[in-house]
This record gives sequence, C-alpha cells and structure tokens, in this order.
Amino acid sequence: MKSVKRVAQAGTLESSDIMIIVEPGTNGLRVDLESIVEKQYGQAIRKTITDTLKTLGITDLNVKAIDKGALDYAIRARLVTALSRADIVQRREDQP
Amino acid sequence: MTSRRSMLFVPGNNPAMVQTARLFGADVIILDLEDAVAPSEKDAARELVASALMAIDYGPAEKCVRLNGLDACCSEDLVDIVPSHPDLVMLPKVNRAEDIISLAGELDRHERPGQKRIGILAIIESPQGLAEVHEIANSHFRLMGLLLGAEDYTAMVGSTRTKEGAEIAVPRALVVNAAAAGDIESFDAVFTDANDEEGLLADTRLAKNMGFTGKAAVNPRQIKTINDTFNPSPAEIEQARRIVKALAQAEKEGSGVASVGGKMVDAPVAKRALNLMNLARKLGLAS
Repeated sequence: MKSVKRVAQAGTLESSDIMIIVEPGTNGLRVDLESIVEKQYGQAIRKTITDTLKTLGITDLNVKAIDKGALDYAIRARLVTALSRADIVQRREDQP
Repeated sequence: MTSRRSMLFVPGNNPAMVQTARLFGADVIILDLEDAVAPSEKDAARELVASALMAIDYGPAEKCVRLNGLDACCSEDLVDIVPSHPDLVMLPKVNRAEDIISLAGELDRHERPGQKRIGILAIIESPQGLAEVHEIANSHFRLMGLLLGAEDYTAMVGSTRTKEGAEIAVPRALVVNAAAAGDIESFDAVFTDANDEEGLLADTRLAKNMGFTGKAAVNPRQIKTINDTFNPSPAEIEQARRIVKALAQAEKEGSGVASVGGKMVDAPVAKRALNLMNLARKLGLAS
C-alpha cells in the first residue's frame, strides 16, 4: 500500500488539459472532480483516475481534478506527474 | 529521396496540440521536450509525450521526440520516451560525431529486445557543429538525417537572420553536402513567420533547389506548402519515367548506355530518376 505524504499538483487549466492536485488521505480514494464535460464523461474520468491509482497500488489519497476536456492519456499523464511530484510514483526505469 | 518532406514541431506539454498534430499532413511529427517546454515542466512534458505516443494514432506520420541536449536532461528523457516506441528521436545542439555515438549507446541500453530500432535526427545549430558536420553525418548507422537550426546558428555566429537567408547560404550548402556524402537526409530550417505564405513558398523552393530532402515547420499552416513544394512535379515524374524506360530498354538490348532527348543517361541521372519515381509512387503521384 502506498500513500502520499505531501500535496503536489500537475497540469493546467488550458483546453484539453486537466489540473490534478493530490494530497494525503486516510479514508480510501476520494476524487473531487470539476469538469466542463461532467454530464457526459464525469463517471469515465473518475474511473480513469481511480483505475490508474489502483494499478499503482495507491489506496489512500484525496484527488482534486479540474478538467477542461482532457482525453484519457492526458488524465493519466497528469495524475502520474502529480504523484511523482509527491514522491509516490517511481520513475519508469524503477517501476516493475 | 524519401517521403519525409515536412516535419512539424509540437510543444510537448500542450495536450491540445499534441493530440491534433496528426490532422495536418506532416510526414514527421516532432513532440518537443526542449525549447517549447519550461524547465519546471520537463517532467510533466515527458510523461504527457510518453503517454501520447502509446495512446494516439498518428496515422502514416512518423513519431519523433525532440530530446533535451546531452548537456541537459537528455538521459532522463530517454528513460520515459524509449519504452513508448517513437520512430525517431531528435538531438539538439549536436557539436561532434561523439554526440551521436553517445546517444546511440544510450538507445542501445534502453531499447527492449524486439523493439523497432529508433532512428536519430541531428540538429546542426552551432559553429562547431557545422565545422564537424561531415564527421557527424557519417557517425552512426542510426543517424537518418540532419536539420539545420538557423536561429541558434545565426545568433551564435552574430549574423542577422533575414527572410532572404543569404546569411545561411553556406550552412545550408554544408548540411546538404554532408548529408548527401553520408547518404542520409537533410532538412531545411524552419521559416518562422507563419503569416508570410509567399515568403514560405520562396524559402521552401530555395531549399528544394539546394538539395534538401525536406523542411521543418513551426505552424501547421505551413505543412501543405512544404509538402506541395517537395512533391515531384508532373513534369519531373514524366521525365523520370522516360529515363527509367530508356534504361530498361537499353538493358534489354544489352547496351550499357541509354539516352533520353539526345542526352546520355549516366549513373547519377539514373539514380535520381529511380529515386524520384520511388518517391512519386510512395506519395501516390505515379503508378
């Protein structure tokens, strides 16, 4: 099990991007999403975030995401960058 | 002669541009980790480009990543980028043959068994790089081509960059010659004024006439002009077709010499005609 010890952020508020802020959590995975496509894709975005976290073995985390229409690949990239900046995700060469 | 006529630079930390780059018909899409990315965002750009390479279908375009220089965070770039299977990586600020050999060694270490070998494009953008361009062009089998970086070069030399480009006539000629001698491709520098279509056309024609095999672009709007200019013209295709036909006829008759329009077809002319026909077929311009 992994958890973050400090707050970190990645991404921007530009079109097609997503800003993700991760902060320490103790009560499972909590995703607070604000999206311009909430009605159509809110569920899918939350799932992308939680699936990525589960794949990385992260069980306790608060995620704040402000989405401007990001595709899946960008959501994953911004999340991984935020986690890396929070020292939770290892560099690719060190990952199993 | 190859079908790499145009190469489009795209900022590597901008999802909107990274995912729409495939729409403009560029033969090579260059996802940029260097100049277009702020130092504090290098990690984010690396992750975004790596993720995009795995997720986005760029169609027939080749996927290239401009790395940071060997004196910067090139090694960190490779850790993230190589597993994402780019077709090419572009190394900036190449000053000597050893720079290419060093990068090739890093690629050897990072590529996984069975992975398609990643080619290298080198940017020649310093006085030292230009002085050693012949050795660079012949440095390693992974090296596919040279790109002239005119903005950095003129800044370092202290010359004034103009639209007419007299100040880069010699660098252009040296890059074309070195690439031809090394049997690799040569790409002309970007034309930076995206609003000057006539200037772009004149600059691209000049590059083609000098022997460049393609040209780089900073704006998607420049791609069509570059592709159209580097496409073989109908007249060029017809002349090449006549030459190839005459060569085939001469061979059939047991003669080593062919002539077209009263002019003898020697080896370089024959090679040029064959290359042009191959390119025209690849681009769907000839059957």
